[in-house]
Amino acid sequence: MKTFKAKRIEIMIESVMERRLTDALAKAGVKGYTILPVLGGSGRAGRWSREGQVSRAAGMVAIVCILKYDSAEKVLDTVFGIVDRHNGVVCVTECEIVRADRF
Amino acid sequence: MQGIIELAAANLLSPIILFFALGVAAALARSELTIPEAVAKGLSLYLLLAIGFKGGASVADHGIDTTLILTLFAGIMLSFLLPFIAFALLRVITGLSTVDAAAVAAHYGSISIVTYVTATSVLTLAGVAFDGYMVAVAAAMEAPAILSALWLAARAGGVNRSSDPAMESGLFREILLNGSIVLLVGAFLIGAVTGAEGLAQIDAFIIAPFQGVLCLFLLDMGLVAGRGLRNARHLITVRLLAFGVLMPLIGAVMGMVTGLLLGLSTGSLTLMMVLGASASYIAVPAAMRVALPEANPAIYLTLALGITFPFNLTLGIPLYLAIAQFFTGG
Repeated sequence: MKTFKAKRIEIMIESVMERRLTDALAKAGVKGYTILPVLGGSGRAGRWSREGQVSRAAGMVAIVCILKYDSAEKVLDTVFGIVDRHNGVVCVTECEIVRADRF
Repeated sequence: MQGIIELAAANLLSPIILFFALGVAAALARSELTIPEAVAKGLSLYLLLAIGFKGGASVADHGIDTTLILTLFAGIMLSFLLPFIAFALLRVITGLSTVDAAAVAAHYGSISIVTYVTATSVLTLAGVAFDGYMVAVAAAMEAPAILSALWLAARAGGVNRSSDPAMESGLFREILLNGSIVLLVGAFLIGAVTGAEGLAQIDAFIIAPFQGVLCLFLLDMGLVAGRGLRNARHLITVRLLAFGVLMPLIGAVMGMVTGLLLGLSTGSLTLMMVLGASASYIAVPAAMRVALPEANPAIYLTLALGITFPFNLTLGIPLYLAIAQFFTGG
């Protein structure tokens, strides 16, 4: 099967920033992304868990999008404008996709 | 003094406080006891609906008067003012940075609706009447403190130009339209429109189960507070602990002066003191994460939820009630 090279951007960000980030992705021309709940983890501020949070303030979400190779740079700039001051992780990996026309 | 001790003892031995204590103890002992996220959310929606509706129905019964309007206005002013006092106190007695102090100050100017709900429950059990419109005052006091705190942070240079919170589009729409406020105000308006007749139709749902639901919700709050204390105990210094107890007392005095000037009844005066004394841990933390992400959430959440909330719940509410009774002769 023929595959095409693409970039996979995975952004772990505070849930209060979710809508701001997805709005920015849409403005940058990203056609699709997936939002995943994050159960918990550990970082510079110590361990945390989604369980028992009374506010959205402490929760996090993961947003995953697959981009064409040449458009990733522009989208990353947009993403950084949003996540720069906030807790989270931005990870870029190379991947291969089957249906290039969908991205 | 005897009255305060009796009130405090009765409060400490009430089911709602004992369930809260159970939650704290279970969390500190690392028990696996948890309330599922969706259940906790459902319980909070129920409490907001019930308290809002009952408040609205009460206003429909008694009508709108100048005291209601003045109390709403005074509550908003109090919420604007309290962060300045909290900020000054934090800068004097703790070594918190400007941004952290501003973020904590926002929490103490805003209110805790769960503390308010618990206080109404204590008043009801003690047979002390209060005005239903106080729930509208609670809703009105949620947001102003955020503006004061952001101004304090910007003025003190804690926020750089590129991250000016005023530039953060949509933040205030989110604060004013957050789910809790929409449900509380919406239920209040529905209660005000439908009045006693509407209340009669749903009282089996919002009155009889209220205490039991509050017990379950406070068990969850105890678990959350206990976990927060366990995880952030290294952050809590004696000075921060002192602030967590001193600030609600200052807020209660401010609420008391405001309430006395307005001529509020014993129950409403108690609630005004509770609103002044309580600290937000739902709406304000989310706003602070957006507008002041440099502030450490472990500090403001632990102070508001781990120290001030239990203090108000166990000792604060009976103390405020006793003081209100002393000044109003109620």
